[in-house]
Amino acid sequence: MSNVKIKIENLYKIFGHNAKGLTSEVKEGLDKDELLAKHNHVLGLDNINIDIEEQSIQVIMGLSGSGKSTLIRHINRLIEPTEGVVMVDNQDVTKLNKNELLEFRRNRTGMVFQRFGLFPHQNIVDNVQLGLSIKGVDKSESNETAMFWIDKVGLNGFEYKFPNQLSGGMQQRVGLARALANDPDILLMDEAFSALDPLIRSDMQDQLLELQKNLKKTIVFITHDLDEALKLGDRIAILNGGKLVQDGKPEDILLSPADEYVTNFVKDVNRTKVLKIKTIMKDSIQSGSDCPKVAMDSNIESCLPLFLDGESVLSVTDDEKNIVGSVSREEVANILKRY
Amino acid sequence: MNFTEFFTAFPEMSKSGLRAFKKTVDGAYRQFSREYGDAIEAVFDPVLFFLIWFEKLLQNSPWIVVLIVFLALIYFGSRSIYLTIGSFIAFIFIGYFGMWEDTMSTVSIIGVCTFLSIGFGIPIGILMSGSDRARASISPILDIMQTMPSFVYLIPVVMLLGIGKIPGLLAVVIYAIPPIIRLTDLGIREVDKEVLEAAEAFGANRSQKLFRVQLPLALPTIFAGINQTIMMALAMVVIASMIGVKGLGQPVLKAIANQYFTMGLLNGLAIVVLAIIFDRVSQSFGKRLQQHRQGSHE
Repeated sequence: MSNVKIKIENLYKIFGHNAKGLTSEVKEGLDKDELLAKHNHVLGLDNINIDIEEQSIQVIMGLSGSGKSTLIRHINRLIEPTEGVVMVDNQDVTKLNKNELLEFRRNRTGMVFQRFGLFPHQNIVDNVQLGLSIKGVDKSESNETAMFWIDKVGLNGFEYKFPNQLSGGMQQRVGLARALANDPDILLMDEAFSALDPLIRSDMQDQLLELQKNLKKTIVFITHDLDEALKLGDRIAILNGGKLVQDGKPEDILLSPADEYVTNFVKDVNRTKVLKIKTIMKDSIQSGSDCPKVAMDSNIESCLPLFLDGESVLSVTDDEKNIVGSVSREEVANILKRY
Repeated sequence: MNFTEFFTAFPEMSKSGLRAFKKTVDGAYRQFSREYGDAIEAVFDPVLFFLIWFEKLLQNSPWIVVLIVFLALIYFGSRSIYLTIGSFIAFIFIGYFGMWEDTMSTVSIIGVCTFLSIGFGIPIGILMSGSDRARASISPILDIMQTMPSFVYLIPVVMLLGIGKIPGLLAVVIYAIPPIIRLTDLGIREVDKEVLEAAEAFGANRSQKLFRVQLPLALPTIFAGINQTIMMALAMVVIASMIGVKGLGQPVLKAIANQYFTMGLLNGLAIVVLAIIFDRVSQSFGKRLQQHRQGSHE
């Protein structure tokens, strides 16, 4: 069990002039539509509790209006909570005073935006060193850091271009470099790849995962795209109408959706591609053991051809090629049936 | 009888009452200007000093030096050789027809007015953009400044400060400052919310947000405001000359009074020429400021 980096407890957000006065009614069970009809206030977040582990990627998913962008903005307090606690490393962000909050944002968090949020009047190097220059880091030092990250995200040669001379994918690389140049331990990504076309998006996801292997940041990633969530998330939290409806590992979400909303979300996903063999394998080792072998970390799809060739049981191996279990034709069929 | 009168004539206050009301207000203001006129005039002394210095500088320097400096400014402001040549011809025309001195006076007062309008207008615009309450209270004042006939506010200004450069300057600034205030406010409010949020997310404080994001991004709009301010200041030149401001307006007034058609036309044309030059230079300078927006993406 690794450390909890960000702990969100009983977080409520109501938009409107009498937000505080209405929290008690929301606590008594008034939902989003009723609050809007009765008091003309918008319920942003309704009693959110999430623990986000250090160095993990926590995906927060939901349709538009579900409160996911509101939630991520509570972590660096771009939005003030109506009630609740946001603990980062055992420090309550909601209690920071003005200067402490600025320091917190300058040093602890980096943020990547859906529409990039780059400065159109500055070139790429200056954009990337935004955080550093706000902190007042020495110009030559911050320049060097910026160059390093521009190189890291693959934008050499574009240092002195302006943002609107770059394609969407490249602009978002600048956004990512800008967030990383600050060396924060928390990376907040608000639908960071949603505005990109599918191929570029997939590229960026791969790049993020690649970077994360070395960086080991705590990443909070907002998306409305389940495939993206499954690809990136160590854990996925699903929001609906400001409420947290499920929080779990990708396979939990797929195999045991908490309610109809989540079921609808996951029903079109190709499970054989997403689920790993280890999630359905049995510990019992097949005695004959001359049956074909598959790696436990590969996806279920990869063993389908073997079953179609007539095998009924496969041996499952770990990283060192030791046989650790087995998987049968029936179990795989069961997974497929649940579509 | 009283009943029908109520419908035929508006029930107005009695003549004597109205007279007393006007007398009281006038008297109070006269009292006020007698007591504080000198003090208020003293406040404007540095401006007056600068205005006179600037005017003398333009008038007393050799015309050829002034012309070269103007043309250089025009070229570096607009980067257009055609505009520079056009301006050269225009200035030659102005000088040849004996309007050089008056033109220098007008340029100096327009320059100082623009400078003052920028100096006060931009901070007021920033204030307005930051709070809806400030905007709600400043907006109607700007409306009054722009729609109130200038002669009306010239009366108290002249009562207070007499006839001369400073009252003229005040009249011009009052008339010319609203566009720069409004457009500074508008420009800042139109800054992309996500860009501003990005600055905030990286821990920018208020002044960092203002100077790194809001003002640079609002600059093209602010420049449109400066352009408008210059145009409106020029439009006030004739009215300002009625209360003793020297420049191209005075010959125009004289021409109206004496029906000197050619004199009026020549001086009027000189004002037009100045307006065109100011406008083109400030517009193309403003356009260059937003070049990053047109950057080609292939």
